[in-house]
Amino acid sequence: MDALQDQFAIRVRDLVVGFGRQTVLDHLSLDVRRGEILGLVGASGGGKSVLMRTIIGLIPRRSGTIEVMGQPTGGHGRGAATIWGILFQQGALFSSLTVRQNVQFPLRENLVLSQELMDEIAIAKLEMVGLRAQDADKYPSELSGGMTKRVALARALALDPPILFLDEPTSGLDPIAAGDFDALIKTLQKTLGLTVFMVTHDLASLTTVCDRVAALADGKIVAIGPMRELLQSEHPWVRAYFHGKRSQMLQHEMR
Amino acid sequence: MNHEPLLLATPSGDVLNLRPEGPWTAANVVTLETLSRSVGADVDRSRAVTLDMSGVSALDTLGAWVLEKLSRRAASSGRSAEFVGVADHFTGLLDEVRQVNRHTPAPAAAPNPVLARLGDLGKSTVGAREDITIFLQMLGALFMAIIGVLRRPRSLRLTSLVYQLYRIGWQAIPIVALITFLIGAIIAQQGFFHFRRFGAESYTVDMVGILVLRELGVLIVAIMVAGRSGSAYTAELGSMKMREEIDALSTMGLDPVDVLILPRVAALVIALPILTFIGSIAALYGGGLVAQFYGDMGPAIYIARLHEAISVTHFEVGILKAPFMALVIGIVACSEGLRVKGSAESLGRQTTTSVVKSIFLVIVLDGLFAVFFASIGM
Repeated sequence: MDALQDQFAIRVRDLVVGFGRQTVLDHLSLDVRRGEILGLVGASGGGKSVLMRTIIGLIPRRSGTIEVMGQPTGGHGRGAATIWGILFQQGALFSSLTVRQNVQFPLRENLVLSQELMDEIAIAKLEMVGLRAQDADKYPSELSGGMTKRVALARALALDPPILFLDEPTSGLDPIAAGDFDALIKTLQKTLGLTVFMVTHDLASLTTVCDRVAALADGKIVAIGPMRELLQSEHPWVRAYFHGKRSQMLQHEMR
Repeated sequence: MNHEPLLLATPSGDVLNLRPEGPWTAANVVTLETLSRSVGADVDRSRAVTLDMSGVSALDTLGAWVLEKLSRRAASSGRSAEFVGVADHFTGLLDEVRQVNRHTPAPAAAPNPVLARLGDLGKSTVGAREDITIFLQMLGALFMAIIGVLRRPRSLRLTSLVYQLYRIGWQAIPIVALITFLIGAIIAQQGFFHFRRFGAESYTVDMVGILVLRELGVLIVAIMVAGRSGSAYTAELGSMKMREEIDALSTMGLDPVDVLILPRVAALVIALPILTFIGSIAALYGGGLVAQFYGDMGPAIYIARLHEAISVTHFEVGILKAPFMALVIGIVACSEGLRVKGSAESLGRQTTTSVVKSIFLVIVLDGLFAVFFASIGM
């Protein structure tokens, strides 16, 4: 049992989530191994974000169990920021705080440390995600899309959480910025030993950074494994996703 | 295994050996800061520093940074500092941390306080001028929109106008009636209480009638509408601005003033006199109830006194002010909504500004009207 707990960062068993009469996730099970980057793909509106938001406790579940780092979820409350960092699709930076204060926010709320050290840590995080110290006093409304994502990543990583959730991290970025961002996530994942759970549609990110890819269709995980295996999957939706015209074109280009 | 982080300092000759042990992670930050401060003086005294990392059981960015800071402190005065025995999985992190905080931007020089004050004064003067310009621009744009509608009556957004009337007129009736009813009752009670001392109770009815019809009815209703509907307008238009909906309208060749602002302001101009009327009646009714139960004055006498005390002129003075107040509220609310920038904070600020400014202008306008009506003898 301990070995299992060490092996998996997130274990989802028989998860059912629905709104009203509609069932979005139907007895879904998923394991995320420690130290891997797992990409989650699925149709738009198919429940990818719902799954992520259920794991982090934003959406109530009807039944099933979710274990994060060996602990059943629900009881994290205040300390949640030390367990996971979350990068929301639009960044979700606090608009009334500067970039520096945004990154310091989780530190300030969870730890007792001197202002000097807090400033240094905030700048360190910002530089680790590829921003400069000069950007620290800007407000979120003054940032470009790519910078917003980087600041949000710095904030998500402020407390060095072992798990990082990314909701469409490269959406809205140009291919160069998206590529840089992927590389950044890979580097940080290696340096900090993170487990990364990534919801994405970006085939390039799936192929370049994800160790495994899970495909969500009809409320279930229909295929999971390295990208190579998924490309060979026989499931009709997975085939359509990876062998559709757009995907073929991209994969062809990549070869 | 030790669960508290430690930092062992052993000087050997000129070299100081630092041996951090245990978990150097953010959770133990208080201990880490104390530890690193306690060896600071030793580090300054020694010629060279080695950091033996073999005892560290866990390390995160914060811990790595505290150690890196110690090594930088040693290295800053030309002495040598090195990490030894670094476990493989910590190398990446230490290397990363070594890159950061190298370029601290010079802090901005504190401005001269007198100059800063003068600067603020100048800015607010320019800001006030800008406010007036924006108000006049919006007034002009509305005027042009009205001319457009008069030329082509079909271009009026009737659905939107009716919907706004429903929201800010019909739905506001209960709360407006309740508040003005209470205000009327309170004024009447105060009148009876204080006038009784010199036997002038019957004049309470004059006071309630004139005060409510000329001033209080319209003022209270205008202030309530500014708070209730003006803020809603600002927030609506502001969030539409934030989500680029207004830009989308413009690119489709539609004027936001025609589509969004004219129906809203027109609805206010139509609804406010009606609400004022309803409010005034509710206040007089409240006064009448107090007269019966508190002032021992039956309804028949109250109405008869009211009939003597007030004239159509009083009613006209009150109701004539309402459309102008509505115009001011509408213009302020809409132009503040359009001034919202990208952030949620700006939306909140603009909504506050809208309510404060429109209530202020309503009261100023009321004062101007008082002077005006006095001079024409109404």
